[in-house]
Amino acid sequence: MPPIEQPVEPLVNASKDAPVRRDGAPPGIRFEKVVKRFGEHTVLRELDFDVAPGERVTLIGPSGSGKTTILRLLMTLESPDGGLIWIGDRTLWHMERKGERVPANQKHLHEMRKQVGMVFQQFNLFPNMNVLRNLTEGPVRVLGLSRDEAEDRARDLLDLVGLADKITAHPSRLSGGQQQRVAIARALAMRPQVLLLDEVTSALDPELVVGVQDLLRDIARQNDLTILCVTHEMRFARDISDRVLMFDAGRIVEEGPPEQIFGEPSEQRTRDFLQAVLAT
Amino acid sequence: MSEVLDSYPQWVDGAWVTIRLTLLGGALALVLALAFGLAGTSRHAAVRALNRVYVEFFRGNATLVLLYWFFYALPLIGLRFATLFAAVLALGLNIGAYGAEVVRGSINAVPKAQHEAAIALNFTPFQRMRRVLLPQAFALMLPPFGNLLIELMKGTAIVSLVGLVDLTRVSKNVQGSTGETVAAFTVALVLYFVIAQVLQLLVRYAERRVDRMLGRGLPARPALDTAGVAGG
Repeated sequence: MPPIEQPVEPLVNASKDAPVRRDGAPPGIRFEKVVKRFGEHTVLRELDFDVAPGERVTLIGPSGSGKTTILRLLMTLESPDGGLIWIGDRTLWHMERKGERVPANQKHLHEMRKQVGMVFQQFNLFPNMNVLRNLTEGPVRVLGLSRDEAEDRARDLLDLVGLADKITAHPSRLSGGQQQRVAIARALAMRPQVLLLDEVTSALDPELVVGVQDLLRDIARQNDLTILCVTHEMRFARDISDRVLMFDAGRIVEEGPPEQIFGEPSEQRTRDFLQAVLAT
Repeated sequence: MSEVLDSYPQWVDGAWVTIRLTLLGGALALVLALAFGLAGTSRHAAVRALNRVYVEFFRGNATLVLLYWFFYALPLIGLRFATLFAAVLALGLNIGAYGAEVVRGSINAVPKAQHEAAIALNFTPFQRMRRVLLPQAFALMLPPFGNLLIELMKGTAIVSLVGLVDLTRVSKNVQGSTGETVAAFTVALVLYFVIAQVLQLLVRYAERRVDRMLGRGLPARPALDTAGVAGG
């Protein structure tokens, strides 16, 4: 696997010519009394939290604490059972009609999803397309780019993730780390303003983890993106985030900058969790 | 034996009827299978109901009775079909019902994670189906489609009962005119077998093409699904 040659540049104008550039500041996110149930099991109980525009937030906590569900709600892969989710100044799952707030239709969701991109634990590349098609299909079909424009963008992004030589490769011929880099490039090709990272290195062999994490850290630092990240890798959480939210049973137990949460957590629940994670 | 083989023009004509019925019936079945199979994956209960009605009705009926119905019953209410057309209709509707179940099952067997990745890229529901789910489901459909095509080919033998001179009818005719029972039916057996093998080769070829498209040397198998939906 080729090394990542993207140096960590200072933030000044970094996004000007980066392949991930877009116009305007990224939106903030607000969860307002959000409820999510799976059958009898309530995963999120009237959850409230805010993410500032351009803020990078990591969600940590034990399995089943609702972290991934938060990302899936934002990607519209799950629908909430109550409350409001705001992206910028608009609600994701509701729209205005005649002054009333009504459940969102497909058109509204399509509009809102333009701002959001997601990288999955299992990469989920399309096996019926080669790497290039994986990166161009969305921009061409959804954003309406010409094939040439989309391919230029794809090449830039493959350079960024260090896989320029794999452009015609088939996903099944790539290692897990390479597949995840392609998946990151695929998400960025849609120029999202909010990037959701769902345990993106959990499925990787240990020796590939750091490369993907460093790539994401560099992307996060060089681009004006609002990032929500679920991870069990504490080093990565420290690297990528401005703020860490510790979840347990669908509630936020503790929050703060990574130095504080990892350095001197105030809650016993957080200390227990960190101890358990670091022990593995 | 030689007498039986001397009547080869009859055999050729008969085989051609069988092949035409197979290809036309197969084409109709494919169209119906895709249309009603897709209906079976719809979000709307009314559209899914269309799938159920079609599948249950035509899967649950004897093809021969369908054929009699198109051939003998419909003309009585003023609808007259050419014999070949009635046969294609009966065979296509019947096999299409099985095919619709194959299409529906294959689409549902594509990992959910692929559907979610397509949502994350903001594909419309149509684009998700057209660009992501159907191409992958197609690889799963091909082997059972191959079986159905051969079932259909063998099933065409029933048309001999409404007067079409297919391979089966020719074997009966030749047996009657030559008295060579063993030879006549042996030739029919061999010809059916050869046609089935050719169809099988075509399906294998298509399977290999699709496997290459999906970048795998092995027959279709579902990829790993993502971890628990409610997890994290």
